[in-house]
Amino acid sequence: MNIPLLNKKIKWYNRSDWNETELKKGFFRPDQKFCTDDSRRSNIVVEHLNVSIQENLILKDVSATIPDRKITCIIGPSGCGKSTLLKSLNRLLDYTEGVKVAGKVLVDGEELYAPGVEITHIRRKMGLFSQRPCPLPMSIYDNIAYGCRIHGIRNRKKLNMVVRHYLQAVGLWEEVKERLHTPAGRMSIGQQQRLCLARGLAVEPQFILADEATSALDPISSKTIEDLFLKLKEEYAIVLVTHTLRQALRIADYVIFMYMGEIIEAGSAEQIFKNPQKELTQKYLAGVFS
Amino acid sequence: MNTTGEECKIAQKTSGIRLLKDKMAGSVMLTFTLVSVLLVVLIGIGLMIKSMPILHEKSLWELLCTSKWKPMRGDFGFLPFILGSLWVTIIAIIWTLPVALFTAIFLTENSRTWVKKIVFPALDILAGLPSVVYGVWGILVIVPWISDWLAPHFVEYSTGYSTLAAGIVLGIMILPLLISLFVELFSSVPRELREASLSLGATRWQTTKYVLLKRTFPGIVASVTLAISRAMGETIAVLMVCGNIVQLPESLFDGCYPLPALIANNYGEMLSLPLYESALMLAALILFVVVFVFNIVSRLILRKLEQKLM
Repeated sequence: MNIPLLNKKIKWYNRSDWNETELKKGFFRPDQKFCTDDSRRSNIVVEHLNVSIQENLILKDVSATIPDRKITCIIGPSGCGKSTLLKSLNRLLDYTEGVKVAGKVLVDGEELYAPGVEITHIRRKMGLFSQRPCPLPMSIYDNIAYGCRIHGIRNRKKLNMVVRHYLQAVGLWEEVKERLHTPAGRMSIGQQQRLCLARGLAVEPQFILADEATSALDPISSKTIEDLFLKLKEEYAIVLVTHTLRQALRIADYVIFMYMGEIIEAGSAEQIFKNPQKELTQKYLAGVFS
Repeated sequence: MNTTGEECKIAQKTSGIRLLKDKMAGSVMLTFTLVSVLLVVLIGIGLMIKSMPILHEKSLWELLCTSKWKPMRGDFGFLPFILGSLWVTIIAIIWTLPVALFTAIFLTENSRTWVKKIVFPALDILAGLPSVVYGVWGILVIVPWISDWLAPHFVEYSTGYSTLAAGIVLGIMILPLLISLFVELFSSVPRELREASLSLGATRWQTTKYVLLKRTFPGIVASVTLAISRAMGETIAVLMVCGNIVQLPESLFDGCYPLPALIANNYGEMLSLPLYESALMLAALILFVVVFVFNIVSRLILRKLEQKLM
């Protein structure tokens, strides 16, 4: 991938061209702006997670491991707790009334639900990518720059580079470079969804949590997103909640099948799709219920 | 075959009635809507006709920009009243806007259900109290507080019946209105938008500041406009604490005399004086025009803002 660096003049660099000396000279790399420590990267480990919302047990004793740099698909019928599991991974459930969580979620060895955890820096590691695109009420440029601004990067030049880098990463740059400062709400739905992805990537997450990310899109836009996911899994761990089995079949490395708040079966895509062990999984894959 | 033919006829007949009802409902609704629009026009025209005599005698400029008010001698200067109205409204808005804004943010973003269960009924009571009660409360609490505690720090002497007292009381009256408007506004912001911001690692305050307030800014402007229009016309409570002194208010602790108070105090008395009734009608007309212009201007601003955001 070609990465442009706006350093007085616009220069073009290949990622492989970046070497220690150049970095020491103070070149700004739009994808390494937070000085994150990559050595601590690891899987998300969920241990015996129980979640109840207003006395209804939504997740029952869920244990799973979400591998790094792979696409994990969570499948299952509606209302089985897929989205709740996804949201419990970055503690967005905190703001719902009457939620009780028991169990452990470990991200890079950090316990998510321990008392006194500073949640914002963990949330930054997890880009959330929701079902319907929801661009923030600002311009395209500001949507991407928002994440950097709230984490303290305000230098205009750096922001320009970040915006350009991530718009290119999702293939939006050519489409919107003329109107970066128009409201994001004026783009098409497919473009908005890609913008939301770029916005999430711009804070350098390790994980991408996608909640039925393509269900509101037309086939071509969802194909674009799927292709992006396949490209992005080289650098990110992607967790995708999906209703379409075919999508899971196309892109999943790992599959977690949930039913009524429990994980029925989990394993590599090949194993689940070709040789499901449990009866429920077989039935679901055969389309007996959905 | 026969039966189906009959059913067809019945269906046709009923569909005729249905369509007639539909048309009637439409026209009835249109009529009622037109009546309410017509009311505004009629009130405006009525006020204009009634205030014509004084406008024939004196120039509008003289009436609006002089401060002499001696009806006996035929001097009608409306400036003190206009300024009084403005000052009281401005004071009220200045202190209620942040209070209402933060209360509404707290209620929608941070509070638990039981807090809402206590606060919302309390606000409803506050909104439902008759304005005389606020006036009496102002006289009993605010006025002495100003004259005994606050005013001595700033001026030599104040009775407490002042612009400040009127602004405070008026503010308390529009506070519940503003809060409920804001709460409704903030609740209309979709949850996903907050989640999008939070999931990027923003704190709740950052989310509120950059997403919630930004998104609802046009709505906030509209709500404030509505509250100002309401405040401009509020009469009884203001009249009870404002002092009713015809003067150009020089400090917050001076008495003032807003337009509605002028009309309420004097209409029905001294109507034998020439031009007096007409002058009061002109006062009403001024209020009408101010509120009218204010609404239109704010609507224009609103449209600009919405275009910018959406």
